[in-house]
Amino acid sequence: MAMDLKEIEALIKEALPDSIIVLQDLAGDNNHYSATITSSKFSGKSKIEQHKMVYNALKGKMGNELHALAIKTKEQ
Amino acid sequence: MDQPTKDLINNEITNNEVCLFMKGTPDAPQCGFSMAISNMFKILEVNYKGINVLETQLLREGIKEFSDWPTIPQVYIKGEFVGGCDIVKEMYENGELKKILENKGINFKK
Repeated sequence: MAMDLKEIEALIKEALPDSIIVLQDLAGDNNHYSATITSSKFSGKSKIEQHKMVYNALKGKMGNELHALAIKTKEQ
Repeated sequence: MDQPTKDLINNEITNNEVCLFMKGTPDAPQCGFSMAISNMFKILEVNYKGINVLETQLLREGIKEFSDWPTIPQVYIKGEFVGGCDIVKEMYENGELKKILENKGINFKK
């Protein structure tokens, strides 16, 4: 199973409306992505908490439909 | 998660200063992300225990629930969850990983 870029972006935007998302399909297979996400909501949070916010935004798809998404979070 | 799986994970993170829950083994990783973290510890000459989550489905799912983290690999240092592949890689690159190892009194190549 795979997810397309727009679907991933929409889910993150829904949870973190102010975020700036840079997504890349690393292998062109709709299955290996990298995402750099910048949001003010990350401020004051640990990296673990920031990444959990992104995982939560993806509603359980991470590790299932979405096999590989490298995440980088930045505070705005 | 059943009690034996929970006990097994607790046992590993209590008895090994640095634990890497991974797909495959340090000598034969079966996933690029697991290999990447394994290699970082090798470069830093950290004595770590690699735990192959592919050995049982219970462990593979159990570690995700235990850490409340959906992906593998996962790193524990002195019983504390440090992060998955992305976070540990970032920490390796910006020097934070060395700081944590130093603060926790774990030997590595400086």
